[in-house]
This record gives sequence, structure tokens and C-alpha cells, in this order.
Amino acid sequence: MAYALQQLINGLTLGAMYGLIAIGYTMVYGIIGMINFAHGDIFMVSAFIAITAFTLLAAADVTSIPLALTFVLIVAIFFTSAYGWAVERTAYRPLRGSTRLAPLISAIGMSIFLQNAVQLTQGARVKPIPPVIEGGLELWSTPGFTVQIGWSQLLIIVTTVVLMIAFTWMITQTPFGRQQRACEQDRTMAGLLGVNVDRTISLTFMLGASLAAVAGVMVTVYYGVVDFFIGFLVGIKAFTAAVLGGIGSLPGAMLGGLLIGLIEAFWAAYLWAEYKDVATFGILCLVLILRPSGLLGRPEVEKV
Amino acid sequence: MSTVVFAHHGMTPAERLRDAGWIAFVALILGVPLIGLTTVDVGGRLAVDTRFGLLAVAVVAAFAGRLALRWAIDSLRAHKQSKARQHTADTLSSRARTLSMVLGWMALGVSIALPIFFSDNRYVVDTATTVLIYVMLGWGLNVVVGLAGLLDLGYVAFYAVGAYSYALLSTQYGWGFWEALPVSGALAAMFGILLGYPILRLRGDYLAIVTLGFGEIIRVVLLNWTEFSGGPNGISSIPRPSFFGLEFTRSAPEGGHSFASFFGLEFSAMHRLIFLYYLILVLALLTHAFVSRLRKLPVGRAWEALREDEIACKAMGMNTTNIKLSAFAIGAMLGGFAGVFFAARQGFISPESFTFSESAIILAIVVLGGMGSQLGVVLAATLLVLIPEFGRNFAEYRMLLFGMAMVLIMIWKPGGLLSHREPTLRLRDPRAKAATTEGAQ
Repeated sequence: MAYALQQLINGLTLGAMYGLIAIGYTMVYGIIGMINFAHGDIFMVSAFIAITAFTLLAAADVTSIPLALTFVLIVAIFFTSAYGWAVERTAYRPLRGSTRLAPLISAIGMSIFLQNAVQLTQGARVKPIPPVIEGGLELWSTPGFTVQIGWSQLLIIVTTVVLMIAFTWMITQTPFGRQQRACEQDRTMAGLLGVNVDRTISLTFMLGASLAAVAGVMVTVYYGVVDFFIGFLVGIKAFTAAVLGGIGSLPGAMLGGLLIGLIEAFWAAYLWAEYKDVATFGILCLVLILRPSGLLGRPEVEKV
Repeated sequence: MSTVVFAHHGMTPAERLRDAGWIAFVALILGVPLIGLTTVDVGGRLAVDTRFGLLAVAVVAAFAGRLALRWAIDSLRAHKQSKARQHTADTLSSRARTLSMVLGWMALGVSIALPIFFSDNRYVVDTATTVLIYVMLGWGLNVVVGLAGLLDLGYVAFYAVGAYSYALLSTQYGWGFWEALPVSGALAAMFGILLGYPILRLRGDYLAIVTLGFGEIIRVVLLNWTEFSGGPNGISSIPRPSFFGLEFTRSAPEGGHSFASFFGLEFSAMHRLIFLYYLILVLALLTHAFVSRLRKLPVGRAWEALREDEIACKAMGMNTTNIKLSAFAIGAMLGGFAGVFFAARQGFISPESFTFSESAIILAIVVLGGMGSQLGVVLAATLLVLIPEFGRNFAEYRMLLFGMAMVLIMIWKPGGLLSHREPTLRLRDPRAKAATTEGAQ
């Protein structure tokens, strides 16, 4: 029981991170109908930025954890959203209105490019940093096993909840959110009504990248190790989460992320840890077969 | 938003400078975290290292590159506008067709003659064999991606199925190459159907991700199921194919002949390499003949129709799922054949050979070659295998350039390098037809 509770906490932490990344996939898919294959690598770039920033702060003898975290978050969000913008601008915008496959192939190329650019400039080795936040809260102690929620886990869950609230507010209440939803429904019509579609799409990419940046910082804080290949698997899992929740739906992405995180944690704990990636892909296939529009998605109607 | 631009006014020098300056600024922002700063391991702890010199070089390069690019684009556009269109589309297409015919026959001639001229150069024959494996894989994937328009990101899975089934059949049950070849191909096709059946009714980009997932599943299973596949150690000492029962060994087996003794030749290790080369050449040519025949059959036309407009196909009463499934299964089978050959040639296989980057390379061959173009695949496969061979110093930049090339080619020519797409069927000019019928009467 205690063990299961611990897995629940671990799974929620993992799921919150997947959810943050999944939102980037789902928003981009909603607005331009393509899978941003490079999104996982954007997340990886942000993890590297976080590593560099933490190391810089350590060198500058900054010991206040809240200060360090805020600084790293701001730096990571700034640079990562620049990457999101640049990727959209160079690899996807020229292909808008092209065939369906062209932007996807371009995205795969971008993903390979980013991975190798990071490998070349930052090195292929795994980068470890000393734990930023140590310790945690003991929730429940049974003989032989203590259920503990680490401060970093708590931080991840709280940050995700706060971001989700802010994000929902932004999409439903602000002018930008209205424009974003308008472009999602009908880009041409929104353009005719005076919405700057290109700008909205760019901003969507930057927002997706910012959330991925937060996830990247969280991964760095939580695991303390980063390498240039982490974006691939995490990206696919986050995409699975977005599909599971119903692609195009923001609450769906979060829900899907949490479910994938929980399934992965419990699968690894009770079944075979080495097959946990297989489990995720299996779920993806099952969802697509049984409920292609996802848990919270609307079925897609194709019009001629 | 698609905007129609009727006239391009030339940019003033100030505008060009501002534009390039903006690009340089973006390069600066993007470069600071990755190029300007890096972390290095100093005595077990990370320390930040700065490379601002390199960053400055990158920014200046971005500035100059943008200026040059703008200038090149503008002058190209002016050149195009001033030059009237000299060729009608029809003569152009017939010229392109003759040219590709000539190139195709030339490529065939060169590939047949190659081992004769390089019969003692192991390196050349080996590299050419690798090129041909990729050509065959490219042609197989071309059925799925180029003809049917289904994006398959896990093609390497079928390659792996073919390779492992030959490896297991031959090492466990003592099957020969020629017996195992059709069985392994059928197995790969079966995997294709099993995977495709539930998935193919879905939209194209879902298919891409599921196939990618499938490729990873196969790899993870092969890596972890040690009793079955040997795990990370793979399977070694896979028997090599024989020449109609004649082994390529130094000494003839008891009461029989080896290849060299049968033909009264002196033993040479090159015999086997050249035989393997011709074997894959024949396999690839068979694939080519098979695929070009299929294109002319109703199923091949259905693939291309499906690629162009799925809804129209449905409206015409076509069973789209079955048509997609046939493309998927045939592509998988061809991949399986290539896998069998790969296992037989290497003599050793491990999950290392079947990673996602391999899938990406095969896909890149199809895409760069111009989806649906058979000759384009040959060209792209040759390029992609030879470039890293020539530029071994650039080995670490290989994948970087590779990714960049994928993006740039998509932007420049979304259809691929040889994207000239010949309609499989063409309505003849009705007047010409009337004239011939009159003449016949």
C-alpha cells in the first residue's frame, strides 16, 4: 500500500512533466494541424540551458534556492521560446499550405539537426549536476517503508498546477487566447477578420516552447542528469499523452500526461521495468484503435 | 496565411543590411546558450566554459550568409522574370523522361561493370554493396511513402524482422539463404499487416507516430529478450549464402566442390564479395521490376490515387484500408528481403543496426530522391552513403548536415530532388486521336 502510494507520487511527478510538454504538441497540432516532431528536442535544449544556468549560479555562489530557480526558469523560458520561434520560422512557415507530409519530414530533419547541434556544441556525455533541492516531506511511515514526497516533486506538481491555471485563463480570457482559438477553428476566416495569423502561430510555438522549457528545468532539478538524446523518448511519450487525451484539447493533454506518467510508474514498479517504453507505445496503439479522438477530444470531421 | 505577391521590388542596401542584422541578432540569441556557453567536466563537477570567439564567428557567418542568400535569391528571381518561358510543359516532361531513361540505363551499366573493373578492390565493392542495400530499402519504402503516401517512420522494424528471421532460421534450424528468403519476406509482410490493419484507417500523421513506436518496440524487445534474440550481443556466425550450393570456402568440402575449385579458379576472398554484390544487384533489380509493374496494375494506380486524394477515392467506392494495407505489406516484404541480405552479408546482427536513425536515413533517401521516383532513390542512396565515406573528417557533422539537408530540401523542393512526377496515365489529345481513327478508316 505504502509502496503503491509512493509510486502514485512518482507517477504524478512524471505525468506533470509529460503534460507540460504535451500541451506544446496539442496546441501546435490544433492550430496548424502538424506534429511538431522537434518539440521533444526543444525540451532537451531547455534542459541544457538549465544545466548551464545552474552551473553558472553555482560558480557565482548563489545559494538561495528560490532565487536560483526563478533565474533559471526565466533564462530557460527566454532562450527556449527563441528556439521555438526560430524553428517555426525556418522549418515550418515556408511549408504552410504544402502537402501534409512535407512539414512532418521537415520537423524530423529539425529534430535530427537539434540533437546533433547540441551533441556537437555541448558534448555527447551525460551531464550531471549536484542536486538543487534535497530532502522532502515524510507523509506516512510504515515499518520498512516510508512514503516520501520530495521537495522537488512537490515543486514540480505545484508549478504544473499553477501553470495550468494561468494557461487556461490565458486561452479562455485574454485577447490572445481568443485569437488563438479563432485561428484554430478557421485560419482563413480569422485572417479575414483581422487576426494576425502568422503572429498568432509564432506565439503559439513560443508558448509551447516555454512550457517545454519549464519541463526541461524541472527534469534537470528532479533527475540532475541531462544528455542530448532525452528529447526523443520524452517527446514521443508526451505526444502519446496528447493523443491519449485527445489531440487539440488542452485539459486532455494534461490528463493524458498524468495517465501516461502513472502507467509508466506502476508498470516499472510492478511489471518489467525494461519494457516500460513498450507499454507507452502499446497504449498509444490501443488508444488509436479504440478511440482515435482520445479521451477528451472531438472526433475530426474532414470536409472537402 | 497565403498571400499573393505580384511584384517584388528590389531591396535597398539599407533594407538588406537591416534584414541581415536581424538574422545575426537571432543567431546571437540562439547561439549564446549552445555555442557561447558550454559546461565541461572539471574534476567531477561541471564548470562553465565560454566560447565567445566561436559565437562571434557564428554571428558574423549568419550575417554574411543572410546577405549572400538574399542577394542570390533576388538575382535568381530577376533572372527568372527576365527569361521568358522557353519550353512548354510537354516538351519539358518528355525531355526529362528521355534524360531519366538514359541515366537509368547508364546507372545499370555502371553497376554491372563495377566489380569487373574493381575486382581486386575490396573497399569499392563493399561500399557499392552498401549503396545497393540502401537502394533496395529505398525502393521498398518508396512503395509506402512515395506511391501510397503513407509516412512510415519505423521501416527499420521490417528490415529487422527480415534480418532476425533469417538469422534465427539459419542458425537454429539450418535453413539456407534461398529457403529463408521468401519465408522471412512473408514474415515481414505479416508483421506489416498485423501492424497496419488497426492503424491504417487512421489519419496519416498518426500512422507516422505509431510506426515509429512500433520500430522502437521491436528494437526494445530484441534488446531485452535475450533467450530469443541474443539481446545486445546479437546473433553471430550467420551462414553466408552459397552459389547454387557451392560454398565460398578456401578448401572444398568432403566429396564436393567449393566455388573456386568447381570453376578451377584460385581461391580469393573477393569471390564472395563480388557474388554478394551481384546478388543484391539482382534483388534490387527484381524489386525495381516488381514495383514498376505494380504501378501499372490497378492496385498501383489505386495507391497513387489514394496519395493524391483519399476522400475522392472513398467516393469512388475504393476500399482505402485494403489498398493501404497492400502497400504497407509489400513495402514491409521488400524491407524484409533487404534484411535477409543484410544478415547474410554481415554474418552478425544486433539491435544496434536497427535504430531510429536508420529509419530516418531510409526515409531521407526516399524524400530527397523525390517521393515516387525510382531513379531519385538511387541518386539519393548513392549520395547519402558516399558523402560520409568521402568526408570521414566530417563524420561528426554528418547527421547535423543530414538534418539540415532534410529541412532545406523540403523548403526548396517539397517534392524532392527528382520530383518530376509523370502521370501514369495520360489522356491523349482528343484531336490527334480523332485524326488517327480517321486515318485507320
